[in-house]
Amino acid sequence: MLLKKLGLSLGVFLTIAASVTGLVIIPNWQFQGHQPMRKADGTQYPLPYFGEQAKGRAVYIDQGCIYCHSQQVRMKGYGADIRRNWGTRRSVPRDYMYHRPHQLGTMRTGPDLASIGHRQPSATWHALHLYDPRITSPGSNMPRFNYLFTEMRDGDALPVGAFPGDVIKIPPQFQNSGITQLVPNERGKALIEYLKALNQSFPLPEAQQ
Amino acid sequence: MSATSDSRGEVVSRIEVDRSAEWVVTVYWASALLWLTVATLAGLISSIKLHSPGFLGNIEWLTFGRIRPVHWDTAVYGFGGTAASGTLLWLQARLCQTRIPFPTLLIAGGVVFNVGILLGSIGVLMGKSTGVETLEFPLWAMPLLVIPYVFIVIANFKMYFNRRNAHTYVSQWYLMAVTIWFPVLVLSAEACTNLGAVDGVAQAIANWWYGHNVVGLFATPTGIAAAYYLIPKVIGKPVHSYHLSLLGFWSNAIFYNWAGTHHLTGGPLPAWTITIGVVGSMMMFIPVITIGINHHMTMVGSFHHLKTSPTLRFAVMGSMVYTLSSFQGALESLRSHQEITHFTHYTIGHVHFGMYGFFAPLMFAMMYYAMPRLTGNEWISARLIRIHFWCTLGGMLLYTLAMCYAGIRQGLMMNDPTVPFLNIVKFTIPYLWIRTAAGLILLAGTVAFLINFWRIVQPHRLRFVTPTLMTTERDYDMLLKKEKELSQ
Repeated sequence: MLLKKLGLSLGVFLTIAASVTGLVIIPNWQFQGHQPMRKADGTQYPLPYFGEQAKGRAVYIDQGCIYCHSQQVRMKGYGADIRRNWGTRRSVPRDYMYHRPHQLGTMRTGPDLASIGHRQPSATWHALHLYDPRITSPGSNMPRFNYLFTEMRDGDALPVGAFPGDVIKIPPQFQNSGITQLVPNERGKALIEYLKALNQSFPLPEAQQ
Repeated sequence: MSATSDSRGEVVSRIEVDRSAEWVVTVYWASALLWLTVATLAGLISSIKLHSPGFLGNIEWLTFGRIRPVHWDTAVYGFGGTAASGTLLWLQARLCQTRIPFPTLLIAGGVVFNVGILLGSIGVLMGKSTGVETLEFPLWAMPLLVIPYVFIVIANFKMYFNRRNAHTYVSQWYLMAVTIWFPVLVLSAEACTNLGAVDGVAQAIANWWYGHNVVGLFATPTGIAAAYYLIPKVIGKPVHSYHLSLLGFWSNAIFYNWAGTHHLTGGPLPAWTITIGVVGSMMMFIPVITIGINHHMTMVGSFHHLKTSPTLRFAVMGSMVYTLSSFQGALESLRSHQEITHFTHYTIGHVHFGMYGFFAPLMFAMMYYAMPRLTGNEWISARLIRIHFWCTLGGMLLYTLAMCYAGIRQGLMMNDPTVPFLNIVKFTIPYLWIRTAAGLILLAGTVAFLINFWRIVQPHRLRFVTPTLMTTERDYDMLLKKEKELSQ
């Protein structure tokens, strides 16, 4: 009797139980055996993010970079990701084994960032680009992240904790109201470290297939 | 079927049902309209920022990456959650012919739910987002959303099992399904993402299984339930085919929740997970076609009612866009289609087509139909209804067409490595301006509805006795003048 009364509810429950099993539980089993690989120089790939890079990843998440930038390179012959130099190979599940939360992204208002550290290793470029994207990328519609920097006029003293090597010169044509130099603040520095660490160039064997 | 029968004994109980529902449903729907306004404003700010990045550029709280998730979360939980909950409670009470149980608790739940969305949104604006799309609200805000929903689930089960008729109507199946699916969906997705049960790609699959299903297993069934109720009710004809409604319901239930992985086509997933998503999406043609036949064939011969009935206008707009956007969505899942349109504004166009062309109009239709019955008053201004309708239709079409066209061009250019990336950005800018214009039109419609809604819930000394139709010449000034004459 009770089973008859609950017939609709039971059927409905089974439909979602099926997809939870198929799309949430089973894929995870498939990734359980993943292990990092040892590189020639003795380090391993992939590595969990720690220290500055982990802090930078938190800034990446809090600023919502994912809403315009993906972190996944599609395979050769499907789209032009590799021909656009967004990666040297396609991305595979092992690249993401330590990612929590995942930041795969589904939008490319801006270019893919899966290997931005490989493509653009310069901290100065990242600093100028984050401070005002129009300096490095004319016509870009990316927001400025000027609050990740301390702006300096000529002759200003260095902010506490910064080294002379942290100072970045703004190209003369982009200098405004006397601001000629920048120093990334703690969050800015961490974000740049994280972006520089985004690198999927290590040739994982399963990505060659 | 109970929805279309009209025996004398029922008339009393309908009034009783509506009396028990008046405050509960009004609270949920009023919240829905306020959140819709907030969501539209947040969407407008995001939209302006994409073509004019300097706009409000120095305020970290309003940076694109924070206001954009607030737009989606307030739209889907704030507007969608409360509009659907109000619809669910009223529709189930009417169809079961029972009073709404524990109204005070449900109202309190509605208030807590609103506080949860407000705090969650502030959390995201402060930079406390979890970073998981569609589940951005910080974990501490989640109980405030989940506990009130538990009340609604219990109320729904209570009404369903206390129903007077042994028969159930198709809308009731969908409403029951929503209350069973949604808790399972939210809890599994939160467990796999923010509670950290899985990492990396498995988390991405769980994330998009959820992101797709929050629309498909929550907004869609509620919208279909509303269309199945309203269309026959307004035109006074039974649903075209009982058997098709069964097929439509179960095929929708079985296939929709497998479709989510098409959001990751081309991504670093095992191929089989994406293939399942494509198969699930293509199988969706079965429920979409059967539900479409049922809604549109019921309408055949009754299209002249569209001229007068505001409820029917919005309901038919919603059910037509349901068919169109579902066709679009199913085709969009194909790998060859995704190669071009994935990662572009095309997807954004499709989401708004579904949410603002199908779901929102059906919720508006529910409100246009039920509010006069709940408050005992008629809509005060026909002109505001007309403004609302044409702004909704026009804004939604402009938005969808501009974004889908721009998306296809954007995708084609992105797949041609000789086109510099910044040229693609520059190409999209004019279309992003069009989107802002479309957003303004949608906002104008929302404000018109908000004013009308505010006035119908006000206590007036005078009440209109005939329904306000699209063609009625009636506005607020007339009511005020009459009231003044009376007091002299």
